[in-house]
Amino acid sequence: MNTPVPVGPVPTPESGVEPGRGRVRFVLARLRLMWRSFRNGWGIFMDSRIGMLSLFTIIAFALMAAAHPILMAFVWDPATYDPVTGYSFDQVEQPAPPSWKHPLGTDPLGRDVLSQLLYSTRSEFVLGITAALVTVGIATFVGAVAAYYGRLLDAFFMRLADLIIALPAISLLIVLSALFHLNLFYLALIIGVLGGFGGTAIILKSQALSIKVKPFIEAARVAGGGHFHIIFVHIIPHLLPLALLYMMFTVTSAIFAEAVLSFLGLLDIRMSWGIMIHTANTGGYLLGGTRYWWLIVPAGASITLLCSAFYLAGRALDEVVNPRLRRRND
Amino acid sequence: MTGYLVRRTGQMVLTLFLIITFTFFLVQAQPGDYASFYVLNPDLPPEVKDQIRAAFGLDKPAWQQYLIHLKNTFTGNLGVSFGNFPRPVLDVLVERVPRTLVLFLTATAVSFYIGFFLGKAMAWRRGGLFEYATTISGALLFTAFTPAFGLMMIWAFAFKLGWFPVGKFLDPLVWRGADVSANYVFGNMLLSAAAFIAFALLVMLCLKRFGRRVPSVAAFPIVLGGALIIVAAWALSGIGGLALDIVKHMVLPVATLTLISFAGTMLLTRNSMLETIREDYVMAARAKGLPDKLVRDRHAARNAMLPIVTSLVYSLIFAIDGSVIIESVFSWPGTGLTLLQAVRSEDLPLVMGAMLFIGMLSLLAHVIVDVLYVYLDPRIRYQ
Repeated sequence: MNTPVPVGPVPTPESGVEPGRGRVRFVLARLRLMWRSFRNGWGIFMDSRIGMLSLFTIIAFALMAAAHPILMAFVWDPATYDPVTGYSFDQVEQPAPPSWKHPLGTDPLGRDVLSQLLYSTRSEFVLGITAALVTVGIATFVGAVAAYYGRLLDAFFMRLADLIIALPAISLLIVLSALFHLNLFYLALIIGVLGGFGGTAIILKSQALSIKVKPFIEAARVAGGGHFHIIFVHIIPHLLPLALLYMMFTVTSAIFAEAVLSFLGLLDIRMSWGIMIHTANTGGYLLGGTRYWWLIVPAGASITLLCSAFYLAGRALDEVVNPRLRRRND
Repeated sequence: MTGYLVRRTGQMVLTLFLIITFTFFLVQAQPGDYASFYVLNPDLPPEVKDQIRAAFGLDKPAWQQYLIHLKNTFTGNLGVSFGNFPRPVLDVLVERVPRTLVLFLTATAVSFYIGFFLGKAMAWRRGGLFEYATTISGALLFTAFTPAFGLMMIWAFAFKLGWFPVGKFLDPLVWRGADVSANYVFGNMLLSAAAFIAFALLVMLCLKRFGRRVPSVAAFPIVLGGALIIVAAWALSGIGGLALDIVKHMVLPVATLTLISFAGTMLLTRNSMLETIREDYVMAARAKGLPDKLVRDRHAARNAMLPIVTSLVYSLIFAIDGSVIIESVFSWPGTGLTLLQAVRSEDLPLVMGAMLFIGMLSLLAHVIVDVLYVYLDPRIRYQ
């Protein structure tokens, strides 16, 4: 975010130095402080075994997502391995069980399951991160503004949040996706807006309220800081750790919502883990149990693993953000 | 309190109004109407389609339809379902709501109890293998892909092992000669559950009020006796077999829902307990030499309940809202499945009616828990 031009004198650490250099030093000092608090938090995060495990899982999935375009460009022939239009001609029977050529077998339409899995990973990340950014962007801004200005603005946004929490979200998404052609981007946007104006806004607002009464806000005001300066430079940076935490939870719910809607066959997207299970289900392969495991297990396990990795990373972050949850060193 | 309730009800009506408006315009904004559902049907000439439009009032402009829709909704007339033609929407929904309620209230109660119990134990003994195992398995189940998980449960327990029926909510063979409808049984099941809860609460209250000397263990046989009386009444009523059939069909969906959702309550209980454990009164209780279990259950867990009760609203709303998924997997013909089928066949009055009912149920859950909160936390007083 752009730092708005502060009203009044720039709060430089040393006065008397020319303003340009003072500003640079100020920014540097600030960066150093941020680095130090990041290192502290990182240390606490590293202590949590579950947090590290989930971080490695997320990184593994990110590598999978990155691997797909490389494999498609250099190793795999698009006619056979394209996740949507490919067809494996050398298999007599589709779905074919795993083989050297198709490590995870093929689906009922003769497409390579591994390729579908890797291709979908990228779109899950795009979806989850877009939804999380939208949610947290809206929620942070709404929370900070509602806490800072209070009164009418506060009442309006909090009633709106109450209202959105009471809305049956999945039913709403089902109605929406059945009636319109929702693609990944619109879905992320809808989930983000619902989350951003809903529950997350309430949590971030209560955090912003406790920051608003801290002495440094008053100091900033006495120094002549304008409203926007205070909100963007002093309040929002303190909301970011908590916002990051809620980003994690939003990613989980976004991926989950996408999977459910795809499973019901209501989304307009090329390929996703939910669609893979949908394809297996409409062909009746799901009730084959373990016989056609490669149609269900990779996609189902990926949804579970990635969702729970983001969720558990969120829990570990919770211990960083919320000192009361940490274990006492006694 | 009364003022608060009035304000709360006002808010509910406003939210409902917004849900109605939103769904109406959402449905209006999509291309085509119900008559275009038959666009590929050569047996229907254009004149007949126009007749269908006129019969359902689809030939009027949108705003006029909206006003008529609003007036009808608030007078309790939800229109006629296109899909189940002669039946009114209200009739269809009133038939399906008890099924959803029975299934999801049971599942929420069971998963809530298990989650609370495990969370308590987890917070009390931190850092062991138990904590890691429950956290990871809980989170894995919590984020398990519900439809696939449900289908795997059906495959394992209904198809392979054959312990439970595969889907649906009753066995037609059992019900063939029955002279009562399924809803009659469902209604009575809800009633007896309510009666049992009221009885248990009454026993607790009486013991607390009059019998300070009586140990609370005495409550258990009395409550158990009440449960036995209810079970006996069902067995003697002649429709006990039918109820048993429904219960048999309920086991699998309830187990699935419980496995999926207990982790949320468990992890929240753990966090909330970790905060209360540090309070001075817990230390004081321990210093007095009270047994560990008593300190945990009476002193720490009771005060840790508050945020968990709040989460109960969300889990109730989530359960009602997520009913679409579970119901479609288990072919349980409740409101969620009705919504999904209506949406797929563009049965617009039924879509709007089902949204209205789902919205109403979740709002109701909201208000009930708000009121419950006041009784649990004496510090909260609504003006």
